[in-house]
Amino acid sequence: MIRIENLSKKYNSKRNSVVALNEVSLSIEKGEFISIVGPSGSGKTTLLLCMGGLIHPSVGKVNIDGASIYDLDIKERATFRLRNLGFVFQTFNLIPYLTALENVQIPLSLAGNTNGNQTERATELLEKLGLGDRINHKPRELSIGQQQRVAIARALANNPKIIMADEPTGNLDPNTTTETVAYLNSLNQTGITVVMVTHNPGVAEYAQRTLRLVDGKLIE
Amino acid sequence: MNLRKIILKELLERKKQFLTSFIAILLGIIVIVAVKSVSNSSEKAVAIQLDNLGANILVLPQTTTIDNYFAADINAPEMPEDYVERVASSTIKGVDNMSPKLSARMEIEGYSFVLTGILPRNELASKPIWQTAGFSDPGLQAACDPNNIVNKSHGYEDERLQRKVIDSLGEYDCLAGSDAASKLNLKEGSPIKIKGTEFKVASILPQTGTVDDGRIFVHLHTAQKILGKEGVINAIEIMGCCSAISEGLLGNLRNILPDTKITTINHIVQTQVKTNQTMAKFSVIFLIIIILVGGISIGNYMWSNVEERKREIGSLLAIGASPKNIYYIFLGKALILGLIGGIAGYLLGTLAGMILGPQIADVKVIPVPLLFVWALIIAVGVSVIASYFPARRAAKIDPALILQEI
Repeated sequence: MIRIENLSKKYNSKRNSVVALNEVSLSIEKGEFISIVGPSGSGKTTLLLCMGGLIHPSVGKVNIDGASIYDLDIKERATFRLRNLGFVFQTFNLIPYLTALENVQIPLSLAGNTNGNQTERATELLEKLGLGDRINHKPRELSIGQQQRVAIARALANNPKIIMADEPTGNLDPNTTTETVAYLNSLNQTGITVVMVTHNPGVAEYAQRTLRLVDGKLIE
Repeated sequence: MNLRKIILKELLERKKQFLTSFIAILLGIIVIVAVKSVSNSSEKAVAIQLDNLGANILVLPQTTTIDNYFAADINAPEMPEDYVERVASSTIKGVDNMSPKLSARMEIEGYSFVLTGILPRNELASKPIWQTAGFSDPGLQAACDPNNIVNKSHGYEDERLQRKVIDSLGEYDCLAGSDAASKLNLKEGSPIKIKGTEFKVASILPQTGTVDDGRIFVHLHTAQKILGKEGVINAIEIMGCCSAISEGLLGNLRNILPDTKITTINHIVQTQVKTNQTMAKFSVIFLIIIILVGGISIGNYMWSNVEERKREIGSLLAIGASPKNIYYIFLGKALILGLIGGIAGYLLGTLAGMILGPQIADVKVIPVPLLFVWALIIAVGVSVIASYFPARRAAKIDPALILQEI
């Protein structure tokens, strides 16, 4: 499903250049639950964002379902993300002035759904995640765990094939961490491929396969 | 949910920041609309004033003052009626119409009025407001248009002959000014005896707000006869084309009629014209100020807004928004800012104009719908143009830089 070939990413600044990824190659099959671990600055997030079509690699290719995503133009890549990928971030990145329902409606709206369909689908997702009574609450009115569940609901809105989670439990307490990872696991059980970056070994154990990155190099 | 709702929700969330830019654009539009409303009404007032005055050049005997003329002083000097023929037979360009007059103050039943002898068609042609009295044929319109049909309606091919005066008022018919008719209780068809000669009131003239309202007009030659002043006149009112006046018509007339005093009515409306010119200058200055201050304020606000919302923009791009969507969000916001600023600015500016107009320019200001269009174009234009670069920056944000959290 995901094929990464000789992926390198170098960040250049005026004074120096930093190699974030160094000739990484890997394959992730459909329906896998992968965790990417490694110390801070090892390139975990860069790898995830490269996979998600958000960072253009310096060298190498990323193929998802046969599509070389960096051969697509910006608009096509945005549409590709909208249809195929769901992102979950450590700090959730919910839009603060929108309610939980409206945050989940955004990707549905961008995909061209009618307002009625958006409301129906977003409500269904929020109820599944136990937030049926919080749909009209803004992020600041929700607990950290509830915010992360809204973010997961937003990621699932357009039925993505792949969930890309960047430290999804980084800001959560142990109980909520367990709940969140269990939920990602249950999504994986439905056939969704999950790629999760984490620095928490306990969380990484939920995955079927763990990839370790050190200094931008992949060590299985 | 759609992008428009995102724009509106964000606007409501950050009302205070929005308000600062809104006030900048609003004040600019208020001032421009107010100034333009007042100057527009002022220009119309000048046009009406000119229209009511009719003729714009006055030829008087050398020793006459303007006051003598308007007071119809019994001892006011006279000049030969031949002067009319002298101008008519000249090759001067730009004389649209001439109206020779002989006036004298007299009294009937204790009411003092001015008897004025006129050559009627010319008189009517040079006073458009009188044409509503039904004395003028449709072709008898006074204008500066070189193709105008004022004189052609008289049927003369030769330009010099076209200017010749035409007699169409009956020898013993008279026209009564509105005030004179009211004071002497005159109606159409009423008889009136002036200096022992009986006249029939052919028409009551509409009110003009000028000295003409207190006059009774009779045929020039009849007036000359009953006043014992045959072959002379007090004045010639000339309707000169505006462009011809600026090209030296007055000088040309002075050459033909050297022993006369030739003046224009410009001084009468000079103050108003100066006010209008000042207003026009202010409009330009305020337009520049609104573009600079309003544009900088909005640009600065949008720039801060983009900085503040970097993470939000990164998230939107990550979940599938295209750069075009980001442009839409920021330029849409600018459009709303401009539309609200333009509409509110027009309404408040018009109100300000209506309140201030009578005080600063002595004119009654009425709303100018065309200014609504201009207010919207300026407000939206300034807002959208000032927001373009911040919007472009937002659309080019690299989501990875924003979303890298570890």
